[in-house]
Amino acid sequence: MKPVDAVVVGSGVVGSIMAMELANAGLKVLCLERGRMIDPQTDFVAPDTHDELKYDRHSDIFQNLSRETITFRNNMGQTALPMRELGSFKPGEMVGGTAAHWGGNARRFLPHDFEIRSKVTERYGKGFFPEDCTAQDWGVTWDEIEPYYDMFECIYGVHGKAGNLNGEIQPGGNPHEGPRSREYPNPPTHRTPQGEVFANAVSELGYVPFQGPGAGMTQDYQNLYKVMLLECNRGGFCSSHVCSQGAKANPLSAVLPALYKKENFELRPLCNVIKVNTDSTGKQATGVTYIDARGREVEQPASIVVLATYCFNNTRLLLLSGIGRPYDPQTGRGVVGRNYSYQTGGRVHAFFDDREFNPFIGGGMVNTSIDDFNGDVIDRSKLGFVGGAYVNVPNSGASPIKSKPLPHGTPRWGAEWKKAVAQNYRRVISVSLHGSCMSYRDRYLDLDPTYKDANGLPLLRMTFDWHENERKMLAWTYEKCVEIAKAMKPARYHAHAIPTKYSIVPYQSTHNVGGAVMGSDPSTSVVNKYLQSWDVPNLFVVGGSAFPQNAAQGPTETIGMLACWAADGIKENYLRKPGPMA
Amino acid sequence: MAESELLNAYGYLTQPEVRFLDAAVERLIPTDDLGPGAKDAGVTCFIDRQLCSSWGSHGRMYRSGPWLEGTPEQGFQSRLTPQEIYRIGIQEINADCRGKYERPFDQLQPERRDEVLKALEKGEVELPSLSSKLFFDLLWRNTEEGFFADPLYGGNRGKAGWKLVGFPGVPSGAYKEHLGNPELYRAEPVSILDIRMKQAQADAQGFAKHIMLKQDGGK
Repeated sequence: MKPVDAVVVGSGVVGSIMAMELANAGLKVLCLERGRMIDPQTDFVAPDTHDELKYDRHSDIFQNLSRETITFRNNMGQTALPMRELGSFKPGEMVGGTAAHWGGNARRFLPHDFEIRSKVTERYGKGFFPEDCTAQDWGVTWDEIEPYYDMFECIYGVHGKAGNLNGEIQPGGNPHEGPRSREYPNPPTHRTPQGEVFANAVSELGYVPFQGPGAGMTQDYQNLYKVMLLECNRGGFCSSHVCSQGAKANPLSAVLPALYKKENFELRPLCNVIKVNTDSTGKQATGVTYIDARGREVEQPASIVVLATYCFNNTRLLLLSGIGRPYDPQTGRGVVGRNYSYQTGGRVHAFFDDREFNPFIGGGMVNTSIDDFNGDVIDRSKLGFVGGAYVNVPNSGASPIKSKPLPHGTPRWGAEWKKAVAQNYRRVISVSLHGSCMSYRDRYLDLDPTYKDANGLPLLRMTFDWHENERKMLAWTYEKCVEIAKAMKPARYHAHAIPTKYSIVPYQSTHNVGGAVMGSDPSTSVVNKYLQSWDVPNLFVVGGSAFPQNAAQGPTETIGMLACWAADGIKENYLRKPGPMA
Repeated sequence: MAESELLNAYGYLTQPEVRFLDAAVERLIPTDDLGPGAKDAGVTCFIDRQLCSSWGSHGRMYRSGPWLEGTPEQGFQSRLTPQEIYRIGIQEINADCRGKYERPFDQLQPERRDEVLKALEKGEVELPSLSSKLFFDLLWRNTEEGFFADPLYGGNRGKAGWKLVGFPGVPSGAYKEHLGNPELYRAEPVSILDIRMKQAQADAQGFAKHIMLKQDGGK
């Protein structure tokens, strides 16, 4: 194959933006995508898109596990077994990647999150983190990355109301957010009647409600790349689905249409990269090897290699390529696979006898939120945990197979179940909490010793369970959510149980992070603050894989921000002086 | 061929299996004052079509060994496909019922069928080839899916599941005007099948044109 300036592996939220930015800088860019080509005009047309069974249950836009999956165990003493069926999370497999079917929850992390180790230690003293916790600073500060959050928001047309403009608190927004350099590109959503009930309750309790930001357009919007995104109709079918209107920003609607017009850009779908190749010194990437749709192994030379895949594959490709020292949980040494993390969540359901709602109207991340239990907002000295959560009432559009919460004690089936379903579908408000998850010495990713993918290569193995710190955080936040639910004055309410063990079965979130984390110390990170490999300076590993631990907010906006930041680093620094940037 | 002529044609299930499933799903979601149950809503037909699809043979699932039992947290580890779980499960449950009650499941009284279903749900029925809980969980999952999925898959006939809860199906293009409005939105549900069969209209963007119902729930 003819050499290119840059090969970008993956066409999701990171790959599309990195490819766009590098092509804008004049590089000849090739994007390799393992999934099939997508034309939203023919692949996702209403009314067929409004099909819960097809997209939420049997979707062919999620990863095809018959070819590749991961293996999973709760702890090192167990034998990991393959994830045979999708459950806890849903990585994508098509042009547009996982972000094509995201829900549109577009929140920034807090400044505190990027320096959590230093800030918590500074405020509460050494020894406040659990002993085996490996949470660490990201190597970047808020002031460095804020402009790139702004840039991502102008690509994805994020809606919201600023709560902190250049340090000045603004009414209507999130007062706890990091200082923003300017307003959101689009106005906030209207508040739903369910959001109103929540807002009144939390205001009474002294918290500050705001309309949560998201990427379902609140008006027709021309983005930074001159692509038009249309106003969202609030018909639901967002998460797990691709929007037929192009009203949800994702790689397909917001970036790829502009990228396809560039002559120095090529997209090759159905090309599954299996290795990053290096020269004899092992310190320079020479390109990648992929398997194409016909099963041929192809070598693609490139001057710069960008890994822009889901957190699992970024980590797995490094392990399969022998780049970076694999993490060893026994000694704590090594970096590739270290600090795998996830996200915590929970719900309190409030059921009303005297009120009905329109739960099917919503989507595009319509929600009313509070951020009063997050980051550095609460005093943790007596609580004894690190991290936090935001709480919200989402109106994502309740689709009827999966969205029918029922009061505790309702039988699982039969006439009483049927009665309860009829009674409650339109009479429930879900107070949802979305929480952080720290990283730990014994939670990590490596290659499985037994199970292989369709190409005969070892699967990635996940060793993961909840730790006491997260259970404590959830227990405390649940108490707060129950207080809020009570203040909404429902007929009855109940809180979900805090899980004792992590299970791969029920859907939780597609917010897997870590494994190739960023940082300022090569002994605890795979990439430097510019997402550049410490070992191979012309290799950049960008995505959720770079998070050293997870904050409370959905990760997509921060992943997109990192893509903007990494691309700018390459354009402004690396291209001028190729070599290690830190 | 008209959809109605295909309603009782089965691609995978045998007639004894159809009788078993009709008798089971009628107990899981019974027909009562609130409206049709799962049997009348065509859930058996839905399950048959699911079993004929690639899902029925776990076409997109990881299917390499070694096959170990694992922990509940590690999820589905059976080497049986849904087609096999239904075929073998129904055969073995009927054999168990014949042993205990001298007749197959579908010929038991409704209360007895409930007892059997509860025992399956708890994993208390010892079947030779699979866990009875595995069978029940799959049956219940498919029953719920078939009762609430778009009728184009053979279940949710007459949009019985959607009418039960007040879900209008394919969204209307007017939803955004209703987002902040506390007024209750009640409409005759519209399915993808309705639009494809030209029994309901869609606008140029593919959103349904809803016919509104009166606030008391009547037309």
